[in-house]
Amino acid sequence: MAIRVFLVLVLFLSSAIVSFSLYEDQAGLADWHQRYIGKVKHAVFHTQKTGRKRVIVSTEENVVASLDLRHGEIFWRHVLGTKDAIDGVGIALGKYVITLSSEGSTLRAWNLPDGQMVWETALHSAHHSKSLLSVPINLKVDKDYPITVFGGGYLHAVSALDGEVLWEKDFTAEGFEVQRVLQPLGSTVIYVLGFVNLSEAVVYQIDSKIGEVVAQKSMVFPGGFSGEISSVSSDKVVVLDSKKSILVTIGFIDGDISFQKTPVSDLVENSGNAEILSPLLSNMLAVKVNKRTIFVKVGGEGKLEVVDSLSDETAMSDSLPVADDQEAFASVHHEGSKIHLMVKLVNELDNVLLRETIQMDQHRGRVHKVFMNNYVRTDRSNGFRALIVMEDHSLLLLQQGAIVWSREEGLASVTDVTTAELPVEKDGVSVAKVEHTLFEWLKGHVLKLKGSLLLASPEDVVAIQELRVKSSGKNKLTRDHNGFRKLILALTRAGKLFALHTGDGRIVWSMLLKSQACERPNGISLYQWQVPHHHAMDKNPSVLVVGRCGSDSSAPGVLSFVDVYTGKEITSSDIGHSVVQVLPLPFTDSTEQRLHLIADTVGHVHLYPKTSEALSIFQREFQNIYWYTVGADDGIIRGHVMKSSCSGETADEYCFTTRELWTVVFPSESEKIISTLTRKPNEVVHTQAKVNTDQDLLYKYVSRNLLFVATVSPKGAGEIGSVTPEESSLVVYLIDTITGRILHRLSHQGCQGPVHAVFSENWVVYHYFNLRAHKYEVTVVEIYDQSRAENKNVWKLILGKHNLTAPITSYSRPEVFTKSQSYFFAQSVKTIAVTSTAKGITSKQLLIGTIGDQILALDKRFVDPRRTLNPSQAEKEEGIIPLTDSLPIIPQSYVTHSHRVEGLKGIVTAPSKLESTTHVFAYGVDLFYTRLAPSKTYDSLTDDFSYALLLITIVALVAAIYITWALSEKKELSEKWR
Amino acid sequence: MAQIIRSSPVLAFIGLQICFIFFASTLTCTSGSEDSYTITGRVKIPPSNVIGHTAKFSNVKVILNGGDKITFLRPDGYFTFHKVPAGTHLIEVSAMGYFFSPVRVDVSARHRGKVQATLTETRRSLTEMVLEPLKEEQYYEIREPFNVMNIVKSPMGLMVGFMVVVVFLMPKLMENIDPEEMKQAQEEMRRQGVPSLTSLLPSAGASR
Repeated sequence: MAIRVFLVLVLFLSSAIVSFSLYEDQAGLADWHQRYIGKVKHAVFHTQKTGRKRVIVSTEENVVASLDLRHGEIFWRHVLGTKDAIDGVGIALGKYVITLSSEGSTLRAWNLPDGQMVWETALHSAHHSKSLLSVPINLKVDKDYPITVFGGGYLHAVSALDGEVLWEKDFTAEGFEVQRVLQPLGSTVIYVLGFVNLSEAVVYQIDSKIGEVVAQKSMVFPGGFSGEISSVSSDKVVVLDSKKSILVTIGFIDGDISFQKTPVSDLVENSGNAEILSPLLSNMLAVKVNKRTIFVKVGGEGKLEVVDSLSDETAMSDSLPVADDQEAFASVHHEGSKIHLMVKLVNELDNVLLRETIQMDQHRGRVHKVFMNNYVRTDRSNGFRALIVMEDHSLLLLQQGAIVWSREEGLASVTDVTTAELPVEKDGVSVAKVEHTLFEWLKGHVLKLKGSLLLASPEDVVAIQELRVKSSGKNKLTRDHNGFRKLILALTRAGKLFALHTGDGRIVWSMLLKSQACERPNGISLYQWQVPHHHAMDKNPSVLVVGRCGSDSSAPGVLSFVDVYTGKEITSSDIGHSVVQVLPLPFTDSTEQRLHLIADTVGHVHLYPKTSEALSIFQREFQNIYWYTVGADDGIIRGHVMKSSCSGETADEYCFTTRELWTVVFPSESEKIISTLTRKPNEVVHTQAKVNTDQDLLYKYVSRNLLFVATVSPKGAGEIGSVTPEESSLVVYLIDTITGRILHRLSHQGCQGPVHAVFSENWVVYHYFNLRAHKYEVTVVEIYDQSRAENKNVWKLILGKHNLTAPITSYSRPEVFTKSQSYFFAQSVKTIAVTSTAKGITSKQLLIGTIGDQILALDKRFVDPRRTLNPSQAEKEEGIIPLTDSLPIIPQSYVTHSHRVEGLKGIVTAPSKLESTTHVFAYGVDLFYTRLAPSKTYDSLTDDFSYALLLITIVALVAAIYITWALSEKKELSEKWR
Repeated sequence: MAQIIRSSPVLAFIGLQICFIFFASTLTCTSGSEDSYTITGRVKIPPSNVIGHTAKFSNVKVILNGGDKITFLRPDGYFTFHKVPAGTHLIEVSAMGYFFSPVRVDVSARHRGKVQATLTETRRSLTEMVLEPLKEEQYYEIREPFNVMNIVKSPMGLMVGFMVVVVFLMPKLMENIDPEEMKQAQEEMRRQGVPSLTSLLPSAGASR
């Protein structure tokens, strides 16, 4: 019966090629788009008297952006390539933003008002080195002071007007490392200070006009330098020696080098290792020692003197000239839930220019960076504003004791996403009435009708949009009947968990991951921990957040259990072992907590939750738990089973050892694993059978234990263009993860990665590069179960001789066959996902994240191996599309319509309660959410459905009936009189 | 004559434009040291008639080898990739509102970095590296302008239309019938007892 229903449905749905399409006025109704920039690395203020006040920032997501200083909005923004990390940013000539990127080898100028790139210069670079950018502070447009750039072992002088390299100087000598490039204000001499083998200080004096070395002096320092350096003035730097216990002041007035040693212990008693902090303060130095930040004043002859000391967790800005040749700097420190912002003069630390106390959200963590800017108030006194970057990557502007604006930049680095339900609407909680009166309701619908008839004026259109947003009630914080309102839980790299509302993308709650063991755990992944539905209805659902102390995979893990409704952390634990893999098991305990296994680096697995009930469930299924690991480096895939409890002193009863069950070894000289993929564990498959046009049945091989592996020849693992077609081949495998059996192997000669794949039901679709055609290709592989093929016989079904109810064991050798087909695709791809619906009935769409950061919805029917050049009539009725050599790119089926999800990293889909609809969430630097109906909303009326027209029709019909009745009666009467 | 004189500056301007397109348009210039070369090209976007997107160069990205390198356009539409090794590469242009064919670029090691470019979608080889969109992309369905026929065609419109026909045209049709015949037909009807519309309505039936 289900098959028949499905068939009818398929026939019904296939009557037309449905593509996702949207009218322009529907944009923003079900979707939202948020723009971010990432954690700010550098900030340069541009606060001229004329024009808009803005701040230019560069971030860890390789974004250069211009932000409005008043509201924090983005004026313009450019996302550079992933390998194009920004090393420095500055403003030249008062009209160009200069960025140095790619380890000092690319210099670009952007037009300050609109972000148009003006020029781009590739700088010569020989080897990896520090990259330093110095843009002369010069507001005169006519005079061109060159920009000095050091990068890749070369010092360059570049004209700010057109990016022409005026001269370059080679500093690539063996062992020589340039540390600082300094140019005293107004001087024509550039000092280049470097160390030879960290033991000899060398200063070059270079004529800034022609780039010739005027003088060179060097001096050996017996203790050796540690490389930490701070320049305190234009002719002095302070360095730590190799033992980090002596501060060495290097003076190089007129090229003469002088050393002045000051042991740190002379400055602070009982000092340990010192560390020079990065802020540049004039004639002063900030040193972190004994968990205190001390300010050391550098005297005229290099004499050091401690002038102030602050607590360890103080963030400071660079110093900034304020009126009368004085310099000021800002420092921010925490005290409970408040932060204190202080602006002091460098020369007189007791003179506090500004002291502000601001209430700060605990979940933003510590202050990481401070950028200060001053402005002249109307009463001619100095005012200060500070841009601060918090531990959760958020960016805030503080001015006059308040947070003027804040940006949640943590959301630019999302690492994992899951969805969660909102609370059920409780009885007694009155729901805000959406429509107030019948009149307003009617008015709204008349407006809608006008809109759909294109009679609406622009004001009406605005009113309609507002009305639609309001009337849909899409922003309520309760569960709705269709499952359209949900929470998107996004874990960021900074270890902060955000809950976003699907209605408008606002942050419902956020929580910063904490740990006793380390200062700042990174967020890794998210799992559904407790989804109560049967006997634990009164419990709130919760998620498991897995974090790690440090970036290394052997670093100890952190677990945190978070209540989804409230955003409060229920418990958190430092688990004491590393986290390599987290395996959610298909078992739950009596409170609906899901059992999870966490594998560590030493080959043990740990069971969570640590309760005796979970342990007894686990012991019952002990023999049936399998897992696999992929060793991408050595090209081995290993299957594991449980062995026994851990032995040893530290082990508890929830720790188990494993043993290797099978291995698949790929020859390292010819194959290298570049991609592995399994099905989503929570995917719903509606039917296993597929009916052919000739009333034949095909059984999908629907197994949760299938692993897709793609390998390329080692030469082809690099970028396109680095290999010839003869040298590279791509091989894909389908491997059973219980037995390690290879079910299918397909080889593509002359192809290479990167491979982007999606695995759903019984099919895999993957995208790779064909070197012979020099085009991208997409291949679909569908896998079918042969062993059930005989079940087609009706007599067998009637006599019960079928094996449909026979138990399936994963050990038996499955008889499978595959079908595959390849197509060209005209774009590079960043990621592929597939829509998922509640029951799996609705046809599927592939969501292809393209290189242009757009998401294309492509019907699965375009990647169907049964497509032929001339489909028969029956096949056409079934909806098989005639075969074409390339997949179509229909602009209307971009689900992101006119938006770009800059820096796209992943696409997540989640079913709504309505079978036709699926939630789509894409993340990268930007966030984008929309709702999709891959086969149109066949189970509900669309938003544009015009109730007014229906009402008018009914009224008209009723009126017509009465008029006719009256007429008819009149006529009859007159007839009777006749 | 006056007309011609007046239009000559325009002609000159057009001529200048053509000159610009033909002579100033780019040369696939390459220079390089050792094994790395430079690919220079130009993106040309025709002035758009479609409302909603103007050709903005600041939002165009040029992508080499699927994201290995990304560069942006200068105000005149030129772009450059530096330090590209010899080999066969792929250049893609990402511009909102336009579809560009990927370009296969062969950088020859033998001929000092000579560049050959071919559009992979149309297999057309380019003599110079000027990339133009294959087509404009419209991301939204265009709403059909207000049309009476659309309303009439909708199921509700058809219902209303049918009612109108019954109410207003049927009596007209009845009138056109010869009164004698009409009377005959009516008498016949009465004899057979075919219920009239009035008797169908309960209130009418009660009033009889």
